[in-house]
Amino acid sequence: MREELQGGAARRTLSATARLLAALKLDGALLVGLGLVCCFALFVQFSASGQSLQAVLRTLMRLALGVVVMLMLARSTPNFLKSLAPWLYAGGIVLLLVVFVLGHVGKGAQRWLAFGPLLRFQPSEIMKLAVPMLAAWFMHERPLPPDWRTLLILAGMILLPAVLVAAQPDLGTALLILASGALVVLMAGVSLRIVAALGMSAVAAAFIGWRFLHLHEYQRQRVLTFLNPQSDPLGSGYHIIQSQIAIGSGGLFGKGWMNGSQAQLDFLPERSTDFIFAVIGEEFGLLGVIVLLGLYLFIVTRAVYLASQTNDTFSRLLASSIALTFFVYIFINAGMACGLLPVVGVPLPLVSYGGSSMVTLLAGFGILMGLYSHRKLVGT
Amino acid sequence: MPGRVRIKDHWNEQRIFIGRTFAAMVIIALLTVMLIGKLAYLQIVRHEYYVGLSQGNRVRLEPIPANRGLILDRNGQILVDNEPAYQLELVRDQVPDLEGTLQRLIRIGLLTPDDLDQTRRTIMSRRKFDRVPIRLRLTDEEIGRFAVHRFEFQGVDLQTRQTRHYPYGELGVHALGYVAAISADDLEKIDVASYAGTTLIGKLGVEAAYEYALHGRNGSQEVLVNAEGRAVDQQGAYRPDLHLIPATAGQNLILSIDLATQQAAEAALIDKRGAVVALDPGNGDVIALASRPGFDPALFARGLSRDEYAKLSDDEDKPLLNRALRGAYPSGSTIKPVIALAGLTDHMVDPERLEYCNGVFHLPGSSHEFHEAKHEKHGPINLVDAIAKSCDVYFYGLAAKLGIDRISSFMAPFGYGQVTGIDIGGEKPGILPSTEWKRKTFKKPQDVWFPGDTVNLGVGQGYLLVTPLQLAHIAGVLSERGKSFQPRLVTAWRIGDGDSKSIAPMPQPSVEGISDADWNLVIRGMVGAMTYGTAAAIGKGTAYTMAGKTGTAQVFSLAPNARYNAKDVAERLRDHSWFIAFAPVEAPRIAVCVLVENGGFGASVAAPIARKVIDAYLIGKTTPATGGGTT
Repeated sequence: MREELQGGAARRTLSATARLLAALKLDGALLVGLGLVCCFALFVQFSASGQSLQAVLRTLMRLALGVVVMLMLARSTPNFLKSLAPWLYAGGIVLLLVVFVLGHVGKGAQRWLAFGPLLRFQPSEIMKLAVPMLAAWFMHERPLPPDWRTLLILAGMILLPAVLVAAQPDLGTALLILASGALVVLMAGVSLRIVAALGMSAVAAAFIGWRFLHLHEYQRQRVLTFLNPQSDPLGSGYHIIQSQIAIGSGGLFGKGWMNGSQAQLDFLPERSTDFIFAVIGEEFGLLGVIVLLGLYLFIVTRAVYLASQTNDTFSRLLASSIALTFFVYIFINAGMACGLLPVVGVPLPLVSYGGSSMVTLLAGFGILMGLYSHRKLVGT
Repeated sequence: MPGRVRIKDHWNEQRIFIGRTFAAMVIIALLTVMLIGKLAYLQIVRHEYYVGLSQGNRVRLEPIPANRGLILDRNGQILVDNEPAYQLELVRDQVPDLEGTLQRLIRIGLLTPDDLDQTRRTIMSRRKFDRVPIRLRLTDEEIGRFAVHRFEFQGVDLQTRQTRHYPYGELGVHALGYVAAISADDLEKIDVASYAGTTLIGKLGVEAAYEYALHGRNGSQEVLVNAEGRAVDQQGAYRPDLHLIPATAGQNLILSIDLATQQAAEAALIDKRGAVVALDPGNGDVIALASRPGFDPALFARGLSRDEYAKLSDDEDKPLLNRALRGAYPSGSTIKPVIALAGLTDHMVDPERLEYCNGVFHLPGSSHEFHEAKHEKHGPINLVDAIAKSCDVYFYGLAAKLGIDRISSFMAPFGYGQVTGIDIGGEKPGILPSTEWKRKTFKKPQDVWFPGDTVNLGVGQGYLLVTPLQLAHIAGVLSERGKSFQPRLVTAWRIGDGDSKSIAPMPQPSVEGISDADWNLVIRGMVGAMTYGTAAAIGKGTAYTMAGKTGTAQVFSLAPNARYNAKDVAERLRDHSWFIAFAPVEAPRIAVCVLVENGGFGASVAAPIARKVIDAYLIGKTTPATGGGTT
């Protein structure tokens, strides 16, 4: 009797949590995954920032902001998002143009808009969500797979902001915008023959671009040094070499938290931002990296599952794009840190310090959970 | 359904979507495997390799300069040691306002406006976190002045560094040598790695010749550095084991120099241009080696400005010239004992036979007159007296009789025309002339060896050139009746205060073929010089027996039949004054050579100096010691 009572109490507590989550339109499993990654991120950032509590506090503040945005977006219905999509996109484009014209100079690139001394944000972050939203909105009433005309318009919609961002120049974000839009198109069922044709023309475009386009010297260098990092060990190859040294010297178990000599002694550049993955590899070893990748994969899988449970086109396309773009982040960042990919400024999602990316990512997950929670249940 | 109108097919859409989702998950799985594969390759397969790279990254070797070995005299008196000196060092990275800082240093008189450009260049040429010395060897007063204003100078501070200290200043500088900053030329001769951290290197004398022993072995310390190369104690919790290899100090060298004798020699040479070399003929030990004028070796350790160096090198008195080893002069009459030995050995002369000296010598069939230097007429004179009284006419005749080639080949084993092999560098061999030599040196056919050249050589004039060291060595050969040792300054070495390790003396081939009787005759002549001959005034009242020979070397050739009067000749054209001696005659302990440039007659200038040196060595000091220890 007593055990039954206790079991019942537990069940009641559980269901209370479930009720709260349902009321907030959130998904428990996904929240647990995100929470674990964010906790992990705080530890890594404390170490990578040189034991700066201030850095951790700032991250916590961003996290709080992100959670608020996430909660708000989780409550929004697919219809609201559909109506928001064109306006968000249009507003984002305008802001990008403003940045382009009179942008604030930060790290030699024009990316920021400053609203007062404290709040600076990158309009390009908006586009990471606005582009898949617009693409999903554009396709949801059209027959799928999309026809050529639809594809052409979609291509324009995706490429316009991507080009504007790439011109800032911020290749990493442009790539993510491109990916988030392309993933919508791919999930919409565009024929693989077209994908192959596009892939081939992309290669051709890359070749022509390399030969004839005005690529920034540092972008050109990044590609060249990716092909042969040793060619310029103290220049552009430095990042890749030091990052590989950090990861490689970490070994299976790592050097221990705050004991990564590469990171702690400033050999590793941008160790708390773009190269934080190398800090994890150095201090926590292969096992630590596998644990993190496991958490990430859990998040991606859960997000893809949630996306698959939605039952209208707009929700499916947007949610799956958000879920898969999250993996694109991970793969590009980790791949660049261990030398699989060229150096591109893509943060490690939720772990890299700073910027609007944490807010954007949580906003995305808020949208995703909202789409899932507002799905039309069959039979009701 | 007809036409190309398509309507949404929700079921189909869903089917495609599920398929695409499945494909995406497969691709994600593949990419993840690829990522983990690459990570495993880096972290497991190549782990050791990257550990090595990261070690090299963060630990830098900082050299610890070894203390340079000390130089001691034969009694353990310190001749050269090290002392800490204060220098002003600046770290650009820590200076908030470099230009203002330099200006303020000028204002408190630690820099001069003339230094400014050079100092600025020096600072900017180094890395921004390096310590750059901007002033060496500050005086106490300057240290005090800086201390008062220290708060104004962030990033500038006083540092103590070991520099070379010469407690007796100029004393023996040509023997001891000096140290100076390592030059580009030096870098080609040394193992650059083992000199990392060393700033000074031996440039002359013992300091240069025994550089390998004095330098010691620099140690090293591993320091933790960050990517900017700046040393840090620790970073975060990261605190590695850092290894330290202590420096091994250089060997302390024990010289044969006797400080008191050296001081006596230097004191006697004061205000003169000349050299004194005193050797122990029994083992070749250099008891004193002085060359005046000298210079303060500390100037070089501190660093000379271009002007200061020009002043030294352009000085008419040539303070940088080591006259003892590198000054080559005609030997004057100091050659006579050797010419006498040549005549005796070749039986060209009967020692008892009296030759008549009327003050002038003619070669047969020639009207050219060879004069007595002091215009004396010795009258009838035998070999011993001719040495004692330095009769030129006697030796003009003997030399003419012997002929140049016999003289030349007889003199060679004594060491004329060749280096003695002393253990410090820079020695000149002088010239031992011969017909062969003259033919090679003077290419013109009319410049053959003339009989007159031989006559001049008989009294040490003409082509023969010797160095003071050579003549001291030859005085030793005479005293030991043909036996000799290679002259040397360093007799032993030790590490710290440990047991000293002696270096065995190096015997040289003896001069063979001379009978004891002949040696005795010649030495009797040299003793005679000190008792009733040319240096009788100097030899008076010695507590030991002494043998000597005066010499006066002409700086320029007198016109035939002209008379030399010292008063009429400009100081720089006056004769060089020589004296060689050894004592005690029965068991020689010291052989001395004194040269005074433009000193005039040997007996009156050089001989008294030799007496002082020998007195100092054999019966204790006669001149009060200046600057330190006694024996």
